[in-house]
Amino acid sequence: MKVALFATCFNDTMWPGTPRAVVVLLERLGCEVEFPTAQTCCGQVFTNTGYAAEAVPLVRSFVDVFSSYDHVVVPSGSCTGSIRQQHRGLAERAGDPGLERAVTEVTPRVHELSEFLVDVLGVTDVGAYFPHRVTYHPTCHSLRMIRVGERPLQLLRAVRGIDLVELPAAEECCGFGGTFAMKNADVSVAMGFDKARHVKETGAEVVVAGDNSCLAHIGGLLSRERAGVQTLHLAEVLASTEEHPWTPEHSPRTQRSESNAAVHGRVRPRTPRSGESVSAPGGAEALS
Amino acid sequence: MSRTFVGMPKFPVAAKQALANPQLRRNLNHATHTIRAKRGRVVGEVADWEELRHQGAEAKDRVLAHLDTYLLELEEKLTAAGATVHWARDAAEANRIVVSLVQATGSEEVVKVKSMATQEIDLNGALEAAGIRAWETDLAELIVQLGDDLPSHILVPAIHRNRSEVREIFLRQMAGVGRAAPEDLTDEPSRLAEAARLHLREKFLRAKVAVSGANFAVAETGTLVVVESEGNGRMCLTLPETLISVVGIEKLVPTWDDLSVFMRLLPRSSTGERMNPYTSMWTGVTEGDGPQDVHVVLVDNGRTNVLADVVGRQALRCIRCSACLNVCPVYERVGGHAYGSVYPGPIGAVLVPQLKGLTGPLEQSLPYASSLCGACFDVCPVRIEIPELLVHLRAAVVDQHRGGLPSGEALAMRTMAWTFDRAPRLEKAQNLATGVGRLLGDRHRLGRLPWPASAWSTARDAPAPPKQTFRQWWDETHGEQR
Repeated sequence: MKVALFATCFNDTMWPGTPRAVVVLLERLGCEVEFPTAQTCCGQVFTNTGYAAEAVPLVRSFVDVFSSYDHVVVPSGSCTGSIRQQHRGLAERAGDPGLERAVTEVTPRVHELSEFLVDVLGVTDVGAYFPHRVTYHPTCHSLRMIRVGERPLQLLRAVRGIDLVELPAAEECCGFGGTFAMKNADVSVAMGFDKARHVKETGAEVVVAGDNSCLAHIGGLLSRERAGVQTLHLAEVLASTEEHPWTPEHSPRTQRSESNAAVHGRVRPRTPRSGESVSAPGGAEALS
Repeated sequence: MSRTFVGMPKFPVAAKQALANPQLRRNLNHATHTIRAKRGRVVGEVADWEELRHQGAEAKDRVLAHLDTYLLELEEKLTAAGATVHWARDAAEANRIVVSLVQATGSEEVVKVKSMATQEIDLNGALEAAGIRAWETDLAELIVQLGDDLPSHILVPAIHRNRSEVREIFLRQMAGVGRAAPEDLTDEPSRLAEAARLHLREKFLRAKVAVSGANFAVAETGTLVVVESEGNGRMCLTLPETLISVVGIEKLVPTWDDLSVFMRLLPRSSTGERMNPYTSMWTGVTEGDGPQDVHVVLVDNGRTNVLADVVGRQALRCIRCSACLNVCPVYERVGGHAYGSVYPGPIGAVLVPQLKGLTGPLEQSLPYASSLCGACFDVCPVRIEIPELLVHLRAAVVDQHRGGLPSGEALAMRTMAWTFDRAPRLEKAQNLATGVGRLLGDRHRLGRLPWPASAWSTARDAPAPPKQTFRQWWDETHGEQR
């Protein structure tokens, strides 16, 4: 299956380990991943700050880049939400019926990562191995904007070796909120402190979510407190295998050297064998 | 002693002050979580809750689409039932009407049923200026009034006070305006309620004029409905000779069938009760029973402006249940005063800028007083898309400032938008970032940063940029595919 990856500007620039993990994971599951290099940003930061006019060219560019793909995978609940629920309104606002049609046409083919795995590929066991104590924070836009529901937890529960613990008050916002984190920094931090406290209560080594933006906020607070809890995107947990396990020392977040093979390897990934089952959990065989 | 919200600081400033008050944080956390849990339980019992929400939204949308027709129907039915209908364009006009109606009775005081519309127009201030005392009879409104305080919640205006603070207010203030609180008053809720009951009873029995709002106005019969929990409303609506009701023009429901939907939605959403304790309904004048001089003041005060905005008008569906306040993580931490208006919380953040216009710094800051977490929409009984409205209003704020000298933010946004417009421009910017990442070596967390990044880094570490972007990695590993 051919899949286009929309890495998102934030991941591409600041958290490259996440889209790398998506590539590793999807190739392991037999997908042919493409990264159309003309892609940039979904425009959410502009839209949600009130700069709707500035977001319109990005909507146009998104449909131009992705309209020829059957499946677009996005490792971000928030950016998926923006594409799905804001792009059409932006096109309407710009008074561009052609763009509106193009948005309506491409949007149903855009999937957040957990949606793509569970709904399109039909897998919950992706052959991952992650022997750590983990708690999952369902980000607001995953939960209430695109409604991924239980999908990320279904995927996490199937991970071998994982010790998955429930996060108290999980459904409460962490306080990131895009430019809210800067414009209303005091409230944002007050909300984040409570989230960080709940994370610490679980005794988890790693807090996992489907949005690196929220994780940057939660992780920023945990790091300032020297809490010793790592933040990690869902994709990176799912990409970790027994052959190429994620380790805190080799996390693409903590060490940006070129050693970690699975997610970080400069090695050429193998091409998926034709006819390889995409739903086979045995995709544990990693690239090498 | 009537305080108003005029001249409040903009949200981030007021929020910072509120956050610095640990007692307030504790009171709010306790109260919002209690109501939230109660609501969750009773809403969970209703199998067709989502269907009810749709019905509520549709009924209100029908009203808004045919407001002119229903308003005239209401006026006709009210007049036929012996009530006098007054129309008020704005707060000043509504206040003039009410003041002159009270003056015509010769009374120098009125008892009041809790009413958001009268709060919105600051009727108490107008009455006071005319030498008329307005006595709030809802327990929480009484606490706010006696404490010379401002309401901080739509349903529970004294939510920011705990019971020991209430006791102090009663002991200190009641004697000056009527029956004193007993000297041995404790902070037991039943003792506090008893003190309020005795204090208020004098006023109920003496009052010649009552002022109320209305939760609903049923167009097909001209019936007004007040929904309350303490029985104070029932006293005000039945005992005095004159009853003046100030009603926002969006309070209409077409029929009693529509009303039944809201009578199921409202109690569960607001107080977390299955059924409302005191529901008073009256249709004009009933001879020999209850007030014989009945007035209804229909108030616009910005509502028709809201109606003119096809996206924004859904805010007029609001039935003032305050479920969005109770579930809002921002409200929970800063309380109602930070919003600088009688309508706080998520609904206030979308309603106030629309009713008043994006006139000042406060109104322009309110649409940004949200993390867009969406919890408000999920609990809204009439499905107001509050996050979508907030974003819509943010665009209006930005558009209002276009044309002049751009702000730092506007410049930054435009530069970013220009960069994101073409991938090669983004790559150049990324090269700067990875360059910094390489310079930082093994550091992967940044501590305190200079302004404007200090807004982030005062309490949060920032991630150091990586040494390699994703697209650089892709180019190395998969590049020849392209």
